[in-house]
Amino acid sequence: MTMDHHTSSAAPFRRPPSADGFSRRGFLKAGAAAGGGLMLSLSLPFGDDKTKAADAFVPNAFIRIDRDGQIFLTMPYVEMGQGTYTSISMLIAEELEVDLKQVQPEHARPNEKLYANPLLGVQATGNSNAIRGAWQPLREAGATARTMLVSAAAKRWNVDPSSCRAQSGEVLHMPTGRRLKYGELAADAAHMPVPAKVALKRPDDFKLIGTRAKRLDTPAKVNGTAVYGIDVRPPGVKFATLAQSPAFGGRVKRVDDTAARAVKGVRQIVQLDDAVAVVADHMGAAKKGLAVLKIEWDDGPHAKLNTDNIAQELATATLNAGAVAQNIGDAGKAMAAAVTKVEAIYQVPFLAHATMEPMNCTVHVRKDGCEIWVGSQALARAQAGAAKTLGLPLDKVVVHNHLIGGGFGRRLDVDGVIRAVEIARQVDGPVKVVWTREEDIQHDMYRPYWFDRISAALDENGKPTAWHNRFAGSSVIARWLPPGFKDGLDPDSTEGAIDLVYDFPNFHVEYVRVEPPGIQTAFWRSVGPSHNVFVTESFMDELAAAAKQDAVAYRQALLDKSPRAKAVLELAAEKAGWGQPLPERVGRGVSVQFVFATYLAVVTEVEVSTAGNVRVRRVVCAVECGTVVNPDTVQAQIQSAAVFGITAALHGEITLKDGRVEQTNFDSYQILRIDEAPAIEVYIVQSPEPPGGMGEAGTSAIVPAITNAIFAATGKRLRKLPVDPAALKKSA
Amino acid sequence: MAFAIKVNGKTHSVDVDDDTPLLWVLRDVLGMTGTKFGCGMALCGACTVHVNGEPTRSCITPIDSMGTSAITTIEAIGATSAGAKIQKAWLDREVVQCGYCQSGQIMSAAALLASNPRPTDSDIDNAMSGNICRCGTYVRIREAIKAAASS
Ligand code: FES
Ligand code: FES
Repeated sequence: MTMDHHTSSAAPFRRPPSADGFSRRGFLKAGAAAGGGLMLSLSLPFGDDKTKAADAFVPNAFIRIDRDGQIFLTMPYVEMGQGTYTSISMLIAEELEVDLKQVQPEHARPNEKLYANPLLGVQATGNSNAIRGAWQPLREAGATARTMLVSAAAKRWNVDPSSCRAQSGEVLHMPTGRRLKYGELAADAAHMPVPAKVALKRPDDFKLIGTRAKRLDTPAKVNGTAVYGIDVRPPGVKFATLAQSPAFGGRVKRVDDTAARAVKGVRQIVQLDDAVAVVADHMGAAKKGLAVLKIEWDDGPHAKLNTDNIAQELATATLNAGAVAQNIGDAGKAMAAAVTKVEAIYQVPFLAHATMEPMNCTVHVRKDGCEIWVGSQALARAQAGAAKTLGLPLDKVVVHNHLIGGGFGRRLDVDGVIRAVEIARQVDGPVKVVWTREEDIQHDMYRPYWFDRISAALDENGKPTAWHNRFAGSSVIARWLPPGFKDGLDPDSTEGAIDLVYDFPNFHVEYVRVEPPGIQTAFWRSVGPSHNVFVTESFMDELAAAAKQDAVAYRQALLDKSPRAKAVLELAAEKAGWGQPLPERVGRGVSVQFVFATYLAVVTEVEVSTAGNVRVRRVVCAVECGTVVNPDTVQAQIQSAAVFGITAALHGEITLKDGRVEQTNFDSYQILRIDEAPAIEVYIVQSPEPPGGMGEAGTSAIVPAITNAIFAATGKRLRKLPVDPAALKKSA
Repeated sequence: MAFAIKVNGKTHSVDVDDDTPLLWVLRDVLGMTGTKFGCGMALCGACTVHVNGEPTRSCITPIDSMGTSAITTIEAIGATSAGAKIQKAWLDREVVQCGYCQSGQIMSAAALLASNPRPTDSDIDNAMSGNICRCGTYVRIREAIKAAASS
């Protein structure tokens, strides 16, 4: 679709870099590795074009081929469970013609030279960006190394390189059958010229890409040996837990720690402006000490804040014009001339991340420096935050990254690191600060609350002639990456609300940024789309209902210009048995989206009990995410993201009362459990396009598919999340 | 108070308050970090260990209730036949994502399989619904338990 819209300049934040957008000279350098191997240094993008704009070559990933043939891949992306280690290694192994086992992925070690570059302040794994960013450059790097190894072999044999071929970790001279292993060639290869152009393998020749390769990070995770941030134990480490001001923005007034100090194993009480921590020999003692601490709080400026105030403020904000995110034609004029007009208000709540591994960070502050152990999605940010807090130069802060027990955007923020540093600077020796689950939920940074006012016009055949949507809420990017927020817009808040797959003659979307007082918002699994796709795909369903047409057929008719979207929609509908009869109070719902550079359609089958309880019985997903690097990972990520979305649809809600979060632990902030989890089928449409993002797409798509199914089952349209069973009770 | 507890066949002596949850003794005092902390209230199952073969939430189990019980953790569950089968099925089916909940999932599943070699879907629901997986690996957990049962 060609559309004139206002976000084109900001849009690259989410878009994958174009396949030909790299000058390889600009992103890759080769040389000798310490110990005599071949080292390639490369600069990988992070889904943020600003890193590309750098003139200076700043490598953030390294491929090292040792003399024994082992290949080390040091990459800036972190493994959060999304299979990044494995998929990224597959890209290198494919072009290098080696077995996946020969590649050993590792986290980028903090390197002061690297992280001193302010451009890398945005270095982070989020946005489903790892494979999208690495697809082209990593394969080119692999091909470059392969070409240099072949040149080295050809030189040694004094033959034409074109008579040699790389295969299974060696170079073969085809006419004579002579072979040399990569390890034997690595040192020579380092002195070969870097080829100006390399040929990438054709998809038909892929041996690894597209296969269900086994995850590399799994074995340690089934026998208890994997080390997450929460598991590190530097010698002499103490254990701390904390209470932060229950009301956002409150302060500590007075602390009586007599009883806490008397607890066996408690070593120290650390008081901050807005928090108190108990340091002990083990977490059991720290928690026991915390429980008997008497803290008097000054609740501060937001002491009266509740969710309704915020919703009201957002509602009011949507009465006035916002920044135009996209405009096609003249929606106002078409609306005035409409035969039928449909209008609705949608709202989605604040949500917590509730990663299984609670927030934690281990810090050792010494006189002349600081050492940090943490699982972070944004290492450079963690280092910078700690340095700033301590007034130290960056190179005095060493950060060790560890496995992450769930990121979902929470670990793109470093408030937990800064908090731990504030505590550790008062403690002698290393201290591991572990948040209780209650602190983790009540002091999260939340998926924003959003409020939408949406309307559409239909012609006499029920076809939409105009679409108008104005929504208000917090901009996460404006806080996290200020340059990403321009002219009242950011690409995340609007993703899924604009550039829809459907063809509308008149289309107008506005965004009003409103930052709620007190409560901080953050990235979350699928952030913007988690809200926008719910609204747009629910509203599409409303239009189909208003037109008295089938929900799938209605969408199909608007997808002529988007064949990839149409293909996934039709596949999902077919596999789900769309249109086949269902029992009473059971319904099917559909949604289709294009976000994170991936096309996804979902059909759910939902049962609503007479008491109003909702059970998702079956989920069918059809996805087209470009070239599939590892189909097993794609399937696993869609299943995972779908469960995350079901949790949000059925249970997810953070509410505020008197300035504080009401939910505390998994009893009041419920997560879907296995007895509520449906079968989830995933069908992949083959495609030669570059890979799309997979970690998040499933979360946004499933939510409207559920509420649309509830509509099919009960005739009740839910426009506010989470699902309210009381509204779905069968009337006698 | 000093306690002698038996973990994975070895006796350890620890000196902690008698109400200290077993979880923190394992993780912080003994350094066995395979057992995880998730909620501290028996709501998530991340801290599941076996006490005399019974799946037990170590976050609410006080150390003074252990006596001479045999405690088994994720670090040693592979030495039992059910535990080994479950671990293998977990790898074969690629269950794991972030992995943080999986120690607890595997401990619950191993206890299920040890007591019920042919669990039905509803047996699986009953045994496993105390274990939360925020990464949503439930579909594969179910498949893996069934695969382990038929291995
Ligand atoms: S930590 Fe024990 S059940 Fe959650
Ligand atoms: S695998 Fe991440 S919480 Fe279960």
